[in-house]
Amino acid sequence: MNMPVLERDVQGKSKLSFVDCDIHPVQRSDKDLHPYLSARWREHMDNFGGHIRQGLIGQVMHPRMMAAGQRADAYPQRGGPPGSDLELMQKQHLDFNGCEIGMLVALARGGMEERNLDFSAALSTACNDWQLHDWVEKDRRLKAGIVVPQEYAEHAVKEIDRRAQDPAFRQVIISPKSSEPLGRRRYWPIYEAAERNNLVLGLHPAGISGGNASSGTGWGTYYMQEHYTFGTTTTGNLISMIVEGVFEQFPRLKVALIESGFTWAPALGWRMDKHWARMRKETPHLKRPPSEYLREHFWFCTQPMEEPETPGHLTEIIDWIGWDRIMFSSDYPHWDFDDPKYALNFKMTDAQRAGILRDNAKALYKLA
Amino acid sequence: MKLPYQGAIDCDVHVTVPSSAALVPHLDDFWADHLTNRHIDRFPLTLTGNAPNLPISARADWRPAKGLPGSDFDMLRTQVLDNFGLRYAICNVMHGAIALFNADMAAALIKAVNRYVAREWLDRDPRLRGSILVPLQDIDHAVAEIERWAPDKRFVQCLFPVMGDQPLGHRRYWPVFAAAEKHGLPIAVHAGSTFRQAPSGSGWPSYHLEDYLMQSMAFEDTLVSFLTEGVFQKFPGTKLVFAEAGFTWLPTLLWRNNKVWRGARTEVPWIDRPPAEIIREHVRFTLQPVDAPDGAMLNRIFDHVGSDKLVLFSTDYPHPHFEGDDALPDGLSDDMIRRILIDNPLETYPRLREGADAGAAHSTKEAVP
Repeated sequence: MNMPVLERDVQGKSKLSFVDCDIHPVQRSDKDLHPYLSARWREHMDNFGGHIRQGLIGQVMHPRMMAAGQRADAYPQRGGPPGSDLELMQKQHLDFNGCEIGMLVALARGGMEERNLDFSAALSTACNDWQLHDWVEKDRRLKAGIVVPQEYAEHAVKEIDRRAQDPAFRQVIISPKSSEPLGRRRYWPIYEAAERNNLVLGLHPAGISGGNASSGTGWGTYYMQEHYTFGTTTTGNLISMIVEGVFEQFPRLKVALIESGFTWAPALGWRMDKHWARMRKETPHLKRPPSEYLREHFWFCTQPMEEPETPGHLTEIIDWIGWDRIMFSSDYPHWDFDDPKYALNFKMTDAQRAGILRDNAKALYKLA
Repeated sequence: MKLPYQGAIDCDVHVTVPSSAALVPHLDDFWADHLTNRHIDRFPLTLTGNAPNLPISARADWRPAKGLPGSDFDMLRTQVLDNFGLRYAICNVMHGAIALFNADMAAALIKAVNRYVAREWLDRDPRLRGSILVPLQDIDHAVAEIERWAPDKRFVQCLFPVMGDQPLGHRRYWPVFAAAEKHGLPIAVHAGSTFRQAPSGSGWPSYHLEDYLMQSMAFEDTLVSFLTEGVFQKFPGTKLVFAEAGFTWLPTLLWRNNKVWRGARTEVPWIDRPPAEIIREHVRFTLQPVDAPDGAMLNRIFDHVGSDKLVLFSTDYPHPHFEGDDALPDGLSDDMIRRILIDNPLETYPRLREGADAGAAHSTKEAVP
């Protein structure tokens, strides 16, 4: 919610020491990528720019709420969008809240949904260089995610292999607004490369308003409505990955679901199991009930934290999912940012809290 | 577990028109000619999700020796009405005409389908109730179809597929909700797709299993559509029945919409109270499929959604969801069982409350338009 920072309780300065699994760095403008692009692509960027499946340039067709979906207080004084200023990020969040490690999810200008595949390749490499030089090297608390264009698997694999040995990169980020559901075989080379390199696959909802309609029912009217489809699209991708047998093919692959919530997971497991059992012969490649793949291969970030009417229900659901699977995330600097001091206001033991705030992410991403 | 007593109300039973040729006598000459000359009558107009060879299309002992699942009246009477000792069964006919692009052809066929249901099913057993299948391709046709059947009190609701051209709460559909509200007819949204778009935001899956699983996502998005578009404020008498939707996804939807509403409420100022409250008041879910491992977990879900009024008994005959006569999950309280079997359906359907008189009024064929 947009509440001025100054109203926050000053006691927040006490160090919580947490791992934040979802921080969004943003370029101030195209120019931030120029040092990392060849002349050919700088010129292309200037003369043609991005070509994505969206009806408006630079804006989404379901406009976001206050301040374009950002925290109103996160606009840097020196200019540029929220998330583009490391100093402000440190002041407002990393230092202020006591962030020990921050996982960067660089959604902007990474070429993830760029239709010109050669351009997407150049952008992803440039975006990864930018994360490294402009962020990780300047604040050692930060870790990057390898941005790859999921529609250009050949380049995605090369980019993963290029970065895999650099401990600055801890996961592979792909867009769930893909041309096909993510379980489809065209994406398998990406999973092979991630698994081979022991890299987590990070899925984060993408909010472009083009491509496939955001729902099987068609496009929604309101942002509040569209927002919900980030969840159902994630569900669809999970169903696809599990039912297509991605986890039979890549048994060591681990997936982090970032900004998708988690309370829906047990019910999805039950539903998948029930109907898989009724249609079992269609998918002989699945050796186990779908819920087992869900249980073993997925981790869930907390933001946006669900707020049941009875807080105890959240505790119950995490009991079903497993306390080792939940990882704190803030989604800084978005408007629905979860504050680590307040977001986990439901019953848990100290060990469970430590797990969510820190230890589960450290184990998954192999962070020191 | 088996139903502990007679008198339950089955809110989702499938009847199937046995062939398109069977509809031809119910069409006017123009459309009869189209159907026969173009050989459209040689295909059954079966939705993809209802393909009869799919294992989910019929339980083995509910599959007729000949003909499409759900097309045998005597089997329905014996296996469902008599076997479960039902007071009423609501017939949902998910006919493929809803998927056609030609709105006039669809409307003509759907009128014939509804007439077929009235004559060949409702007329033959006073326990049967019907759902008005609606041609949503053209809203004027849709309203006309509702107006046509509303006087026949045996039709207790309107029937839509969950995946059509646009999210169902969209304003283009509002004349339909106005008509439904006027006549006190709940709106049944049933699993099924007209394949206007991919079932997920990331496109088209590979397996039938995925198509089926993805139906619940469409129900979630549909519910959010009705909520955010303000249908429940504009048409406060609206009752939605989500049929064959599963419902264990509901807690997350309530919680997430309560939360997002607080930040987005300026965009949807007609939402004047927490979404969870609105949904609990206006939306119901048929029992099958029970997407939970057992009754104990189901009880947890009822606690999470904060209501015991939401679920309406159904067998979803002839689709296979349970073995033998075990139409109810184990572990439900007597009170919950009674709510599901009888009270919740009666509270949802005004025309069922009006009672058995409705059957007597239409015992002659002349009464059927």
